[in-house]
Amino acid sequence: MSSIQDFHRWPDEHGRFGAYGGSYVAETLMAPLAELTEAYRRLSQDPAFLAELDRDLKHYVGRPSPVYHAERLSQHVGGARILLKREDLNHTGAHKINNTVGQALVARHMGKRRVIAETGAGQHGVASATVAARFGMQCVVYMGAVDIERQKINVYRMKLLGAEVVPVTSGSKTLKDALNEAMRDWVTNVADTFYIIGTVAGPHPYPQMVRDFNAIVGREAREQMLAQYGRLPDAITACVGGGSNAIGLFHAFLNDAGVRIVGAEAAGEGIATGHHAASLAAGRPGVLHGNRTYVLCDDNGQITETHSVSAGLDYPGVGPEHAFLKDAGRAEYVGITDDEALEAFHLLARTEGILAALESSHAVAQAIKLAREYPKDALVLCNLSGRGDKDVHTIAAREGVQV
Amino acid sequence: MINPQSPIPNPGPPRIDRRFAALAAAGRTGLIPFVTAGDPSPEHAVALMHALVAAGADLIELGVPFSDPMADGPVIQHASERAIARGVGLGDVLGWVAQFRQRDADTPVVLMGYLNPLEMHGYARFAEAAVQAGVDGVLVVDCPLEESAVLAPLRDAGLRRILLAAPTTAPARMAQLCEAAEGFLYYVSFAGITGATRLSTADIAARVAGVRAGAKAPVAVGFGVRDAASAKAIAGFADAVVIGSALVERLAGATEADEIATRAREFLAPIRAALDAP
Repeated sequence: MSSIQDFHRWPDEHGRFGAYGGSYVAETLMAPLAELTEAYRRLSQDPAFLAELDRDLKHYVGRPSPVYHAERLSQHVGGARILLKREDLNHTGAHKINNTVGQALVARHMGKRRVIAETGAGQHGVASATVAARFGMQCVVYMGAVDIERQKINVYRMKLLGAEVVPVTSGSKTLKDALNEAMRDWVTNVADTFYIIGTVAGPHPYPQMVRDFNAIVGREAREQMLAQYGRLPDAITACVGGGSNAIGLFHAFLNDAGVRIVGAEAAGEGIATGHHAASLAAGRPGVLHGNRTYVLCDDNGQITETHSVSAGLDYPGVGPEHAFLKDAGRAEYVGITDDEALEAFHLLARTEGILAALESSHAVAQAIKLAREYPKDALVLCNLSGRGDKDVHTIAAREGVQV
Repeated sequence: MINPQSPIPNPGPPRIDRRFAALAAAGRTGLIPFVTAGDPSPEHAVALMHALVAAGADLIELGVPFSDPMADGPVIQHASERAIARGVGLGDVLGWVAQFRQRDADTPVVLMGYLNPLEMHGYARFAEAAVQAGVDGVLVVDCPLEESAVLAPLRDAGLRRILLAAPTTAPARMAQLCEAAEGFLYYVSFAGITGATRLSTADIAARVAGVRAGAKAPVAVGFGVRDAASAKAIAGFADAVVIGSALVERLAGATEADEIATRAREFLAPIRAALDAP
C-alpha cells in the first residue's frame, strides 16, 4: 500500500517530486529562481511572516471557509453525503487568493515593486490584481486573446483593480501562451519584477510554494471534518487544470491512507474525441513550462491545443506533484466532460442555491459519481474552488440564451 | 553522389573544435547565424544552410521548432509556429542536416531547441540519428546543467553539449559552467529573451573577458546583433558572434530559393566583412 511512504517530504532539494518537477528553464532564469527559492525558504520558516500571512488569510480573504453539507444535492443523488469546501466564499470568489496573498507578501519582502501574472479563466489574474492593489504594486496580467473573449467580466474586473491586461496572440492564445509571455516578461524585467504563478506548475520553487499557500484548504477541511463529523472523509475530490486547488485540498490528506483521493480533469467533448485537457488521464511524461510532468503533445513533442468549456482547466500540462501522485497510485485522475460539468452546475444551482464556477463544476460532477459508489453514511468531500458568476455568459451562450 | 546514410568520414577532433581552432589560428572572429529549421521554407531549408555558409557562416545554429519556446522572443516564436504549421518535426531537421552534409563536410551544425521534442523522439534514438546525420552539437535551451543527466546519451554518442551562460549567472555557477563547457559556451549577453537588447557593449566586454579567461571552450556571444556595426563591437572580445532574430526576421516571407539565398547573403555579407576588417 502506498501509505508506507511519507508524501509530505516532497519535493526534494532539487524541487523534484520523484521523477517530476525540477527546473527546466533557460540559464537566464536560474539566478532569479535561486533568489526566489532562498527567499521563500527563509520566509516559510519565519514566524513573523507566517503570522502576517495568517492575519491576511483571516481578515482579508475571510478564512476559514466552511465545510457545508449539501443535503438536498446528496438526497437527490441518493448516495453518500456530499460535503462542499466553500472556497467560492473567499474574497474574489475562488481559492486563487490564498496563493496570491502569499506570493505578494513574498514579493514585498523581496523588495519587488511590480508583479506580473498569467491567467486563463481570469480568476488568478483578478486575485493578483487584487493583492497588487492592496500592496500598492504595479500589476501586469498576461491573458490569451481567446480567454479574454470568453472571460470579459474578469478582464474588466482586473482593469477596475488597476491592472494592465495584455492580450497574448501567439500559439493557441490561451493559458499556456499567457504563461510563456509572462515568463518572457519576467526574464526581461527580473530586477524589479515578481512573477506570481497561478498554479502548482512552473519551475522549482513554484510548485512547492503555490501548494504551500493553498494547503490551508486541506488543513482546514481536515480539522473541520474531525470537528463536525468526528472522522475523516471516505473520499475527496477536486478539479485539476494546473492543479492548485486540488493539491491544496489533497495535501493534508496524503498520508491518511483511508482517504480516497480523486482528481477531476477536463475531458471536454470526451477523451476519445481528442478535444480535452486531461493531461494525466490521456497525456504522457514530458517537459513543459519549466518542469517535468504529464503533458499533452504529439509525437514530435509539440504541445497540443486543448479544449474545455472552462478556461481555467484548459491547460496541456499539470502540476508535477499530481504526476507523482498518479504514478505512486496515491491519487486517481479521471475525466469529466463539458456536458457532465454543466449538468452538475445546474443541479447544484437548483438543489443548493450555489452557482459554482465551471471549473469547480467538474469536481461537483465527480463528487456526484463518487457519492453514488458509497453508502448513505459515507462522506465525500468536494472542493468548491470558485463561484460561477464569471461563467454565466458562457453558459447562457452555450445554451442559446440571450442575456 | 554520397549516400546520406553513410556519413562522410570525420576523423580527428570534433568539427566544432577544429573550426574554432582554425579561427583562432587565423585571428578571426567566428560568425554563427541562427535560423529556425523549416522557416521561411521547408523546401529550401538545405539551400538556406548552404547560402549561410556561402555568405560567411563559420558554424550554423539550427533551431528545432517547438510550440512553446519560452526563452525566445516573438520573432523566433513566430518562425517556429510557421514551421510547425508546415509539419516540420525533428525528423525533418535531421534529414536536412544529412542532406547538407552531402556537400559540406566541414561547417559545424548545432541544433538548438527545447527538451520535449527530444524526449518524445527518445534520447538514445535521437543521439544516434543526429550523429548519423552529421550534427555536431546540441543546445537544449530549457535544460540547465542541473537537469542535464537526461542528455547523457547525446554526449556518449559524441555530440557536444553547448551550454548557455548569462549576465545574471552567479560567480560560483559561472565557474561550474566554464568548467563544463565544451564546443563553445554561448553567452546570452542580456538578461532576457532572444531578440532584445539591454546591457551596454562595455558592460558585456568586461563580463565576457572574465568568462573567456575561465572557460574551457571558446565563448560565443549573442547580443541582439542586428547589423555590421553591432557585430563588430562584439568581435573585439568574443570568439564568435551569434546572430538570430534579426536574420530570421529578414528571411521571413521569402518563398523562392534564390530570394532566400539573396536575403541571407545581403544580410550576412556586411557583417562578415566587418568582422574580418582589421
